[in-house]
Amino acid sequence: MAHNVNFDLSHPGVEAGLESPADEEVVHDSFSQLIEEESQREGLPDAIELQHQQRNPEDEGPDNVAYEDRGRRMGSDDTGEEEGERQTDSLLKDRWSSATLKILSSMPSRTIGRSQGAILSQYFNRTTGLRKRTQKRASIKDFSRSARPSIRGYGVEVDTTDSAEKKQERLVKNLQDLSAVDRVRMLKEMPLNLSEKKSLRRLTLKMTKQTRSSRNLRCCSYLKFHIILALRHSWYSCLSFLHSLHLWQMPLKRVSGRFGSGVLSYFLFLKTLLFFNVFLFLVLGSFLVVPQAVYPPERLENRTSFTGLELLTGGGYFSNTLLYYGYYSNHTLPSCSKNNTSSPPRPECDSKSLSYNMPLAYFFTIGLSFFITCIILVYSMSKSFGQSFRIDKSNGMLAMKVFCSWDFKVIKKSSVKLLSENICTQLKELLGEAHHSRTRSTTLDKLIKLMIHGLGWTLCIGATAGCVVGIYYFSDYMHKEQQESWQHDSGDPGLLKEASLLALPVLVSFINLMLPILFQFTAWMEKYDSPSLRTFVSLSRNLILKVSVLGVLCFHWLKRVAGSSSDNKTFKCWESFVGQDLYRFLTIDFIFTLLATLFGELLWRLFSDKVLKRNRRPEFDIAKNVLDLIYGQTLAWLGLLFTPLLPAVQILKLLLLFYIKMSSVMMNCQPPSRPYRVSQMTTIFITLLCFPSFLGASVCVTYTMWRLPSSESCGPFRGNKTMIQAGKQRIVELVKENPNLYFLAQAHTYLVENPFFLFVGAAIFLIVIYFQSQVVDGQRKIIALLQEQIENEGEDKKFLITRLQSIHERKRTPARNLTIQDSAC
Amino acid sequence: MEVILTLPELKSNPFKTRICQVFSTSEDRDGSLTFEDFLDLLSAFSDSATLEIKSHYAFRIFDFDDDGTLDSGDLEKLVNCLTGETADTRLTKEEMGQLITNILDESDIDKDGTVNLSEFQHVISRSPDFV
Repeated sequence: MAHNVNFDLSHPGVEAGLESPADEEVVHDSFSQLIEEESQREGLPDAIELQHQQRNPEDEGPDNVAYEDRGRRMGSDDTGEEEGERQTDSLLKDRWSSATLKILSSMPSRTIGRSQGAILSQYFNRTTGLRKRTQKRASIKDFSRSARPSIRGYGVEVDTTDSAEKKQERLVKNLQDLSAVDRVRMLKEMPLNLSEKKSLRRLTLKMTKQTRSSRNLRCCSYLKFHIILALRHSWYSCLSFLHSLHLWQMPLKRVSGRFGSGVLSYFLFLKTLLFFNVFLFLVLGSFLVVPQAVYPPERLENRTSFTGLELLTGGGYFSNTLLYYGYYSNHTLPSCSKNNTSSPPRPECDSKSLSYNMPLAYFFTIGLSFFITCIILVYSMSKSFGQSFRIDKSNGMLAMKVFCSWDFKVIKKSSVKLLSENICTQLKELLGEAHHSRTRSTTLDKLIKLMIHGLGWTLCIGATAGCVVGIYYFSDYMHKEQQESWQHDSGDPGLLKEASLLALPVLVSFINLMLPILFQFTAWMEKYDSPSLRTFVSLSRNLILKVSVLGVLCFHWLKRVAGSSSDNKTFKCWESFVGQDLYRFLTIDFIFTLLATLFGELLWRLFSDKVLKRNRRPEFDIAKNVLDLIYGQTLAWLGLLFTPLLPAVQILKLLLLFYIKMSSVMMNCQPPSRPYRVSQMTTIFITLLCFPSFLGASVCVTYTMWRLPSSESCGPFRGNKTMIQAGKQRIVELVKENPNLYFLAQAHTYLVENPFFLFVGAAIFLIVIYFQSQVVDGQRKIIALLQEQIENEGEDKKFLITRLQSIHERKRTPARNLTIQDSAC
Repeated sequence: MEVILTLPELKSNPFKTRICQVFSTSEDRDGSLTFEDFLDLLSAFSDSATLEIKSHYAFRIFDFDDDGTLDSGDLEKLVNCLTGETADTRLTKEEMGQLITNILDESDIDKDGTVNLSEFQHVISRSPDFV
């Protein structure tokens, strides 16, 4: 008799979760066997009768219900249609007999997650596909997430009725044909137990060793092989060492444990900015600062003594140091001028081997660092954008919320409780949205709402415009005052005059601090439909404020300060002055952030605890803090050209900020009570970092290099030409010296400066974008078609199950009638 | 299992018992973990685990009755775990019913009344916030 073990109730593992793989052959081929048996209709009633006698009384329950239902309907003739009608809505459990339940539970779509054999066959197909595509190096993520082995059309028909061992053998054979990297990646991605993965790997390596030793290698290949292995091993140990040096791992874990992923994203953003600045510092330091420090120029003026104020103003003692543009020489280092009486002749001047063209180095280093930063930013932006953007966003978000909103990083009990409350509120909100009929608000209500929104916006934009105009006039006033004071005494400005330079930064930081509070108040006044809209509106208002403030400041520096250098020589070195200004802005911004943290969080918490006796602590406003970070980074990028050591200052600032914010958050704040969509916000922040911030900074720097004349007496580009002209002149000189570089210069002239080339490049870019958008449209259509197809398959499945059930019932009723009659008699 | 549940990471997690049961390979099904099971657990929850592994294990954790799919009983238990233990954070019966109907409408593609692993992975792949 064929396998009818499916009906064997003593079979233990069918309905349990973690069944052993040995049961699989039984499970997978039972369905086809069953259909065969039903069509044969031989000897089955005996087996069914046997099973009746073995059956536990509690299994009788569902059968009785189904039977009685059918019993009532047995009177009517067309049972088939009625069944179909009744049971096509869903495959609910309580209507089926236990045998059908067993079949249902052992169907491939339900066992795919649990049984090892199914996973093995799935990965067998993937490795086959990967082997065929090794030339194209397709990544695993390109494979669509299909769990059924039969859908993949690679021409390999995997027979699902094979035993687990055979599947394992085939998988191992496939694995060993892959490259080592792919193999490791595959093994990592398989959702199997560690012991099973270890055995797979062992088998793979064993077979690889066998095949390898069978080939005859020459001795030098052996040596190469061992050297490569040793190198790779040392590289991995190096990587693991770097991993263990993870910066700030413990504090970040503590923060995420208490506050969740939202606040964590702020600190991760800070870490990213820190790495950017470290990179800039290394590049600029090694190419600009170190050579200049080794060969310092002759000092013509006396240095002022060091007072503590320099740390804030950046002037005084710092004004003629490596910190600023003005210090860097415009000759080839080492500079050996002939008419140098004061200092002894340098020994380096004799040798002609070392020569370092400072202006060229300055020009290229700044350009290169901006270019690399741009590439890194665009890459990270596109990566995070790709993660958070999905093609098929048609359906609602309820399922997503339920499955994905639990933040497994949260540890503390109170935070867990808060998270649960949060989720509950969100779910209730979403349900209310979806199901309440939209109460038609009267036109009066709508008008009032519109008016309030309009009022809010006018208030905010008006306040922003007012502050911007105020900054404009104030900077004008300060500028004129400085010009006058420097005209009168051209000597050393006193301490008060230095301190007065701090007035503009203080005003700007004050505005940056106060206006967001006004925006928050306005938002509290208005009522928004959804929390994400509220976040978006507040973000855009803060952004408008910061962009306009930075805009007016750039105008002030680039037009006024640079422009005034052409008339009477008030500014000996306008670039150094701008650099000092930026340094001042950075430090004052840091001080104001400290003050805001102190007052906003610490004092508010004390106030709320002691005076008001409430249990609500202040919340950490993630968006505002991230925007502050972006603002600081924009200032740092703006100042790169004028102050090569500014990244070092920014690094110090970020380090201190991290520890201060961390301690403040842990002591004073509570986890956010409003929902925060982490990856969407992270994408937005990186986009903001790239587009207004970095783009604006690079536009300003390009404008400076291209249009503004450099000052006459300081810096690497002395003389009254723009930096680009000076740079070009240097390049021409360089090309004259080395004729090999001639073709490079020619290439530059024909390619970069030719507008036709740029036009063609832009056209190609646009065409590529158009094609990609067409591809996306096509994919959407395919998704819709596939969904229809899956629905049809679902219908088929229901039909088959109901037929099976009806056949089973029909078989059973004569048998039951017999037993009932027997028991009655 | 009690020893493992005293770990700070698992102590307040509402899914702690399910996690132990899923990763356990012991015969007695009491949720005890060998060292290798513990390693599996840590690697599945680490940041460098692929989305596939995370979704696979998440599905098994959410499948409270271990039948290979998420039906309405599983979903109800899941929502109750998410919203917490106290009475005022739980959803009412009709809200729960509505929620489950909506979830099944959105994620059950073959309309069989349950969410199987592929459908679950499909939902997960559309949401970037999965931890």
